[in-house]
Amino acid sequence: MELAEEKLDEHHLDEKEVVDVVVRFAGDSGDGMQLTGTNFTQATALYGNDLSTFPDFPAEIRAPVGATFGVSAFQIYFGAEDVTTAGDALDVLVAMNPAALITNIANLVEGGLVIVDRGAFTAKNLKKAKYECDPLKDGSLDGFRVLDIDISKQVLAAVESFGLTHKGALRCKNMWTLGLVMWLFDRDRQSTIDSLNAKFSSKPEIAGSNIAALNAGHAYGETAELPAGIHVYKVPRAKVLPGTYRNVTGSSALAWGLIAGSELADIDLLFASYPITPASNLLHELATRRDFNVNTFQAEDEIAAVCAAIGASFAGSLGITSSAGPGIALKAEGIALAAATELPLVVVNTQRGGPSTGLPTKTEQSDLNMALYGRHGDTPMPVIASSTPIDCFEVAIEAVRLATKYMTPVMLLSDGYLANAAEPWKIPDVSTLKPFPVNYHSQAEGFKPSLRDKDTLARVWAKPGTAGLEHRIGGIERSYDTGDISYDPSNHQKMTDMRHAKVAGIANDIPLQKACLGEGSGKLAVVGWGSTFGAIHQAVKRARGEGLDVSHIHVRYLSPLPRNLGEILNNFEAVLVPEMNTGQFVNLVKSEFLIDAEGLNKVAGQPFKIGEILAAIHKKLATLESEA
Amino acid sequence: MNQALAKLTLKDYASDQEVRWCPGCGDYAILKTIQKLMPEFNQPKENQVFISGIGCSSRFPYYMNTYGFHTIHGRAPAIATGVKLANPELDVWVITGDGDGFSIGGNHMLHVIRRNVNLQILLFNNEIYGLTKGQYSPTSQTGTRTPSSPQGSVDSPLSPCGVALGAGGTFIARSIDTEAKHLAAVVTRGHDHDGASFIEILQNCPIYNDGIFEQLKDKKIAANFKVVLIHGEPIIFGLEKEKAISLNRESLQLEVVEVSGNEDKILIHDENNKILATMLATMSAPDFPVAVGVIYREEKTSFIDDSYQQLIKAREVKSSLEELLHSGHTWEVE
Repeated sequence: MELAEEKLDEHHLDEKEVVDVVVRFAGDSGDGMQLTGTNFTQATALYGNDLSTFPDFPAEIRAPVGATFGVSAFQIYFGAEDVTTAGDALDVLVAMNPAALITNIANLVEGGLVIVDRGAFTAKNLKKAKYECDPLKDGSLDGFRVLDIDISKQVLAAVESFGLTHKGALRCKNMWTLGLVMWLFDRDRQSTIDSLNAKFSSKPEIAGSNIAALNAGHAYGETAELPAGIHVYKVPRAKVLPGTYRNVTGSSALAWGLIAGSELADIDLLFASYPITPASNLLHELATRRDFNVNTFQAEDEIAAVCAAIGASFAGSLGITSSAGPGIALKAEGIALAAATELPLVVVNTQRGGPSTGLPTKTEQSDLNMALYGRHGDTPMPVIASSTPIDCFEVAIEAVRLATKYMTPVMLLSDGYLANAAEPWKIPDVSTLKPFPVNYHSQAEGFKPSLRDKDTLARVWAKPGTAGLEHRIGGIERSYDTGDISYDPSNHQKMTDMRHAKVAGIANDIPLQKACLGEGSGKLAVVGWGSTFGAIHQAVKRARGEGLDVSHIHVRYLSPLPRNLGEILNNFEAVLVPEMNTGQFVNLVKSEFLIDAEGLNKVAGQPFKIGEILAAIHKKLATLESEA
Repeated sequence: MNQALAKLTLKDYASDQEVRWCPGCGDYAILKTIQKLMPEFNQPKENQVFISGIGCSSRFPYYMNTYGFHTIHGRAPAIATGVKLANPELDVWVITGDGDGFSIGGNHMLHVIRRNVNLQILLFNNEIYGLTKGQYSPTSQTGTRTPSSPQGSVDSPLSPCGVALGAGGTFIARSIDTEAKHLAAVVTRGHDHDGASFIEILQNCPIYNDGIFEQLKDKKIAANFKVVLIHGEPIIFGLEKEKAISLNRESLQLEVVEVSGNEDKILIHDENNKILATMLATMSAPDFPVAVGVIYREEKTSFIDDSYQQLIKAREVKSSLEELLHSGHTWEVE
């Protein structure tokens, strides 16, 4: 079922100054759209706009040229006010071929600008995109501003002096186009020039030709006579807090959060993982960070990865493993071993569309039930979720803290959108982060592997190499008193109760839930978790702008839930829970708090649009109104 | 700290746990041999770690008064790899069986051997699933009748040492549960080896597969059914040392020959010859004797050492988190 969606206020590029803009670069997977988008993002950040990006690429690495399923896109939303999503509809679409046009044009606002490479609109490419007529000629683009340029021809002329092959010269098309879009929004090209020089430092002719193409695209905008209504647009700078900023993706922020966690815990990390989309970037990032207290291990499979992590934790490091849904399913037995033996373990799940292989490069939140319940036996484990790319940093630190303090596996939920999306980050002052050093047991006298902290119920961590603490642990149920194997019925009850109490007790060690926008009571609470944050935030902000009584509550701690969550939710007349699944969190809310919460569910592999949530808010408030 | 200063004994290595294998199980003999052997390595007891999967053999760590981890089915090699990566100083032993190591855990076994992780793997091969009450295992002979194969199994058995060689193993050996002296000697050599030492121990299960190795163990006849490999020595067996292993140069296959009259054709065991090792590892009855001893050995840098060297290199320059967060493009907002 398609969700109802409200069109947001659109600027239609009629004015010279616009508050915010959504641009999408789309082309073949080999067209370099991700690189184009990344460079535009950098220039936009330096310009001073707030922004959010959404790389949207196919699972095929190099799909056949011109195929619709091979279209790779990079979307950026930037503006003068706080931007938390990659935007609902497009103001500007850059389509490098017919396939990119046909798959994205429906999302362009009326009066929006479409830039196409006329040179790529050949009969062959039109056929591959399943166009019966040439859209540049049949009038189907009449409702838009159209800039159709033979970019291929322009590029060949611009880079002629570099003596590249025809194919090599055409590779600069993306930079030419970037130059043009930079002109359109008055961006500075220097950061791109610097990054091209750095990237191709050993191939100066490649760097030179790309820079020439970039400059030529920019010059084209300045000098060519463009159709009426296409001109330079000014997007005012955002008012943001003073400080040093950078762009960061969720993957990088999460990796750096794990490193920060290791420093705060004063512990070595072993990050053991098996490649899987969209989680692999975490392994790549940490593999280049072995100058910190991090070691990485690419295991032979998902099971070996979780097991190596558990082995490392047994030996006194913190084991971390990472995957996406199908891989997490394979790790389930290992996670339960960590729970049984009470060893710390962090499991990062970068969720993607399921079931099975599903949609590997698309985003979803459908592993919540697996995170909460997906283990054999009665095996609780803490589950926390990050809500924005930046938030991944803090949540990763929190995962390390909980795992080491409570000697338990912890599940950290991210998703494909968060992993790849980027936003500007006010770099935190790491000296203000509060350390939580781990304590290894060293006292041989009176030692038993079953000793535990009376408050946290955490078992002692006695690592091999410590004299006098030789002991055995294992998956067979252990005596509460001695740690030896025990099949005693009352002991199993006691251990099961202890495992539950330990995880439940974490509720006393996490912040109370607050509304992140609006009051803690009122008519409607929109409750989310994970990467729906941006869209909910914008929708609630707009609704509140209309004077509506709506609050946004975003839950980071999914197990255990914050102590006061039920109380807060009971302060509202209605609760709406948008989720990218069929209703996993809303069911938890219902069963935990006996609240008649309503789900807003989207499982399309794409993030929520602001307009979809706004429409649901209006509908829900109207229903409340009519019932009153 | 260093307990090695005072010489330990077998008793120091026996934990306080009651041993719960079936009476007559070959595991008792192996346990005793290992407990007796451990003091010989003259290492701090706290640095020794036994890691096992699931199965009868995998209860082993509970009975060793060292650090021990009884993990999950088939995964001991992966967990042991994590232990070694976290602390390369530890002396790690993997205890596994034919089902644990080559059925459910076959993949991890291949990779721990391929990577040459510095640890010892003791594979207790009784050619049967004991703990689950007697089903056929990946090393059971074809035709083995069990509760899950009442008409006889139709699977072909694999050769643990053959697979270990195929995976690129750098130390491959075989011994027998009750041959304490031979077992201790082989395990000692495995322990001395830098890398993954794979040791298959033929072990009798008196309940579900009793007597399958009897020909190799019965002192009266064993010499006819097994050949003890010694590096640099001719490969001779038989009660009267009258038989030998030779290479048929026409068919490129091993054959059993009489010593008498074939003195110049008898193969000399060379631990470093992988082709020979592959042929010796897979010799089986009725045509051939079973080879015991060190079948193959190769000097090769170990995974943990190589990985550790990379870490040391990466950490030559100590980085700060603050620098990391500020790396790449940043900008100031006034």
